[in-house]
Amino acid sequence: MSQEQYSYKTPESLLVEVADIAAPYRDRPEMLMKVITRVQKIVPAFSEEVARVIAREMDITLTQVYSFVTFYAMLSVKPRGKYIIRMCKSAPCHVRGAREVVKAVEDQLGISMGETTPDGRFTLEYCPCLGLCDSSPALMINDRAYGNLNPQSARDLIKRYIREDVE
Amino acid sequence: MMEELHVLLKNRDVIDPTSAQAYVDAGGYQGLRRALSLSPKEIIEEVRRSGLRGRGGAGFPTYRKMEFTSQAEDPVRYIVCNADEGEPGTNKDRILLSTDPCAVFEGMAIAARSVDAHVGFIYLRAEYSYLMPILEAALKSSKELGYIGKDILGSGFDFEIKFRSGAGAYVCGEETALFESIEGKRGEPRFRPPFPSIRGLFGKPTMLNNVETLANLPHILKNGAEWYRSIGTENSPGTKLFTVCGNVNRRGIFEFPMGINLKELIYDVCGGVPDGRQLLAVQTGGTSGAIINADQIDMTLDIDSVSASGGRLGCGTILVIDDSNCVVDIVLNNLDFFREESCGKCTPCREGGTQLYNLVRRISEGHGTVQDLENIESLAWTLRTTSLCGLGHSTAVPVLTSIQNFRDAYLRHIDKDFCPVCAQEGGHRK
Repeated sequence: MSQEQYSYKTPESLLVEVADIAAPYRDRPEMLMKVITRVQKIVPAFSEEVARVIAREMDITLTQVYSFVTFYAMLSVKPRGKYIIRMCKSAPCHVRGAREVVKAVEDQLGISMGETTPDGRFTLEYCPCLGLCDSSPALMINDRAYGNLNPQSARDLIKRYIREDVE
Repeated sequence: MMEELHVLLKNRDVIDPTSAQAYVDAGGYQGLRRALSLSPKEIIEEVRRSGLRGRGGAGFPTYRKMEFTSQAEDPVRYIVCNADEGEPGTNKDRILLSTDPCAVFEGMAIAARSVDAHVGFIYLRAEYSYLMPILEAALKSSKELGYIGKDILGSGFDFEIKFRSGAGAYVCGEETALFESIEGKRGEPRFRPPFPSIRGLFGKPTMLNNVETLANLPHILKNGAEWYRSIGTENSPGTKLFTVCGNVNRRGIFEFPMGINLKELIYDVCGGVPDGRQLLAVQTGGTSGAIINADQIDMTLDIDSVSASGGRLGCGTILVIDDSNCVVDIVLNNLDFFREESCGKCTPCREGGTQLYNLVRRISEGHGTVQDLENIESLAWTLRTTSLCGLGHSTAVPVLTSIQNFRDAYLRHIDKDFCPVCAQEGGHRK
């Protein structure tokens, strides 16, 4: 287990937006998940400034925000790409050639698992079961699910995102 | 060939899932209507007689959860629907929620009536966030027709449903971890007692059920316990959703009465193993389930029979593994999952899970010894007896059952025989 640290600086203008999202939930700490998932849609990563604003507006501790963000796999203190490619790592995908699909995508983007392309567009991550086991091997790109992949169809899919050929 | 029996899946791809009217036209919300005419005690009695057991994994009798929660001292109670379907190899709840969400709402309302709760939460895993628009539309539609909300059908009974999302954590499928997550905290399991029926969500008595369990309630209330008992086996009545996945010709979600034969399910219903391959192993109940060999698959699929095999029926996952795979490699994949998903709160799971992974990794790389197998068994015992929650309890299940059922495969690796699968991952090369 490695210590995750804030590594990102957030511009002031975004902090105002973050405050607007968090402010209505003052004294409602149970709404932290909702606030955080909404904030994640506008910031590339949770920086210390963002965490401070959320803590201040919701009247909770900074530690609580940090411990929350670093617990859940889909939240991050490191900047991630515009498209987060989540490759399912679980056994049902594993037995149907997920390894080859991963290799194909890594080669295509020129990055390894856990890395982001230098242009900041693609992040490649492993993910535990996506619940797409009836169409394994599967992956998700942001909120979209894709199944029944092989190295070629995975490359074709990524190519569409490279060309922004997606709505 | 065995015929599927669609009770829970009867509306799948037949009705518009977002329309409560379509659900009602297909016979929906009649169970709730009957439940509103009964007292909470009478509902619990009906569920007791039906013999319904939880579909999330443990197979706990549903009526007992209802009893405990309804008898709690605190008058404010909650219903929680566990839609954090994280067990690898399972997607039945995704199918239920996306094709018949009103059945889940109806089940929650019946459950709420039985324990006198007025608020229910659906905790949906982040990986299923794309289902949210369907759920929201279906709930809105159900409210408009007066089946959910204030004064349901003029009965004076209020029940509202709220949605909450996860953000990627397998452990949140554990009930107390799920409560923590809804409360805006890290999803770490709590110590028990107190049990959720006494102090659950927000410290209030809470009844948490799996999506599939809740979807059974409308049918039990509508058609009665006798009818329900006529399906399935004595100890596991009703139907079960099975997710068949892996190296098998026909994959998908199938609904059968409890007690069908595993071999027939794999070969007759799902067409066996493709590409002229042979069956190597089957893992039932997901990554936390037992791995059995090809000679053991002539078994009955109900809660008690599968438990007797050292595993569990769990959520009904059937992972079929062909002979292009290596069991040691599969187990390594399972352990990799558990060590990553351990929340780290309790030491046996946090450290033990990693050590188990290291031991099996060593064997897969051709550096293991027979002594390692004994160490694995001893460590597995520690995990099972001292971990805080089900995650740590089940980490060792695939390891122990595979050592039992595939001892030769482990010994081949220990003997440094060449394994083409493990060699790709840095294993021993000839």
